[in-house]
Amino acid sequence: MDLRLKALTKSPWVFHISTGSCNNCDIELIDVLTPRYDAERFGIVLVGSIKHADVLMVTGSMNRKCIPLVKDLYQQAPKPILVIALGTCSCGRGIFRDSYNCPVNVDDVIPVDVYVPGCPPKPEAIIAGIVKGIEKLK
Amino acid sequence: MSKNTIIPIGPYHPLQEEPEFFKLQVEGERVVGVEINIGYNHRGIEQLCEQKSYDQVTYVVERICGICSTSHPFAYVNAVEDLAKVVVPERALYIRTIIGELERIHSHLLWLGLAGHFLGYNTVFMWSWKYREIVLNIFEQISGNRNHYAMMKPGGVRRDIDKEDIPTILKGMDELETKITMLKKAIMDDPVLHARLKGVGVLTKEEAINYSALGPVARASGVKIDVRKDEPYAAYDKIDWDIIVTENGDLFDKVVVRILEKLESIKIIRQCLKKIPSGEIDAKIKEIPPGEGIGRHEAPRGEVFHYIRSDGTNSPVRHKVRAPSFMNVATNNTTVIGTNVADAVIVLAAVDPCYCCTERLYVYQDHKKVMDANELIKLSQERTEELRKKLVV
Repeated sequence: MDLRLKALTKSPWVFHISTGSCNNCDIELIDVLTPRYDAERFGIVLVGSIKHADVLMVTGSMNRKCIPLVKDLYQQAPKPILVIALGTCSCGRGIFRDSYNCPVNVDDVIPVDVYVPGCPPKPEAIIAGIVKGIEKLK
Repeated sequence: MSKNTIIPIGPYHPLQEEPEFFKLQVEGERVVGVEINIGYNHRGIEQLCEQKSYDQVTYVVERICGICSTSHPFAYVNAVEDLAKVVVPERALYIRTIIGELERIHSHLLWLGLAGHFLGYNTVFMWSWKYREIVLNIFEQISGNRNHYAMMKPGGVRRDIDKEDIPTILKGMDELETKITMLKKAIMDDPVLHARLKGVGVLTKEEAINYSALGPVARASGVKIDVRKDEPYAAYDKIDWDIIVTENGDLFDKVVVRILEKLESIKIIRQCLKKIPSGEIDAKIKEIPPGEGIGRHEAPRGEVFHYIRSDGTNSPVRHKVRAPSFMNVATNNTTVIGTNVADAVIVLAAVDPCYCCTERLYVYQDHKKVMDANELIKLSQERTEELRKKLVV
């Protein structure tokens, strides 16, 4: 295996962007890192800058104001990067499909590797999503 | 002439989970101006609601916000019932009250954790998120989902609380009470927190009234305002409880108000479970007449307001939502100015802003350069560390 890939699969660092979500997926994501689930044991850490990240976690239904920002962030990200769409909104816009301000899906803007549906997905599902993403990289 | 530096915070930064954009103007270490730019969370909810039927709207408004995900449906069903003039069964009212108060506990615990994190007290962060799980467990047991409980329904509630679940809730409340009391003592007795939070980011009573601040932000400044007492709905008038008000309006008081409110909520839930009558849980609304209706609910952050106009069809003609953060975010204009850059983080977070609730209006603007605020949190945490050293030595 490529050295870079090998480093990526150990302790993935996560950068999280909310593209107009209702906050629930974001909170469940932080829940994963707090004592009950404690994914920080495995080195899964939230980072403050996309330039440090191995995983890009996207939540929300992608509103117009966010589209250029998300494109920008994806370009700034060090490649290879694993993109995870978290929650029903970012998987397929869900209830916001008819909204005038949510014109596209997340996967129309940036390539998505793993989809974690649910409203909000349970912390167990989020952990399973990250694990599946890492398997895919291998 | 002194030179002003502008520190952009956001829209994507680790300060809060939601995207928002602050522009801090600083002179050396002092903050002299702040510009707030929101709109990254607008999803066109009001227009979406006007396309759905009354039952479906409950689901849409629930997804306005994940933290206060019962507050919006609560205010919405109040509005529909005001419009249709239905009498809701007693048992449903009690169940609504229980759900509303459970939500207040988990929302305040969540805020306390984040505030602790910004101040460099990661233990508080981990503790309060751990105790929050007790509430989420109760929710999962009675509604089937950890968040987005979908308990509200025009005319009643969707699910009953079973007899077998009541001992679990009571046990959870006992556990929470000891933990919150422990947190309260730990925070009230900590000299570092006193030094860090007392007298910082003060919102005076006059300013609170002028800015129409709501909820804990107003109550920390000595304004006695609470929809649950001022205009009682659900079962709040049948239960004995107090409004928590403090006088100083600084960050410390905002923390204290939120901690004491949690204990008050526990009191309300215990009384509800004791007094809850048996019977129907749904009034089964047949049709919605033409007219207007208003619904209010005291969400964890302040008063939520829903307005509905109907023309007799099965979907609203106009649906207006006003969330508490809309009023509270504006108070940042006075509180953050004159503070230290290291304090700005916690001052901005102290109103517990919720942008996904707030963004009803949409103004398109040029997008600005993105910068992250990890540095700012670090600054804030370093300052606490400094104070800690000074006080111990």
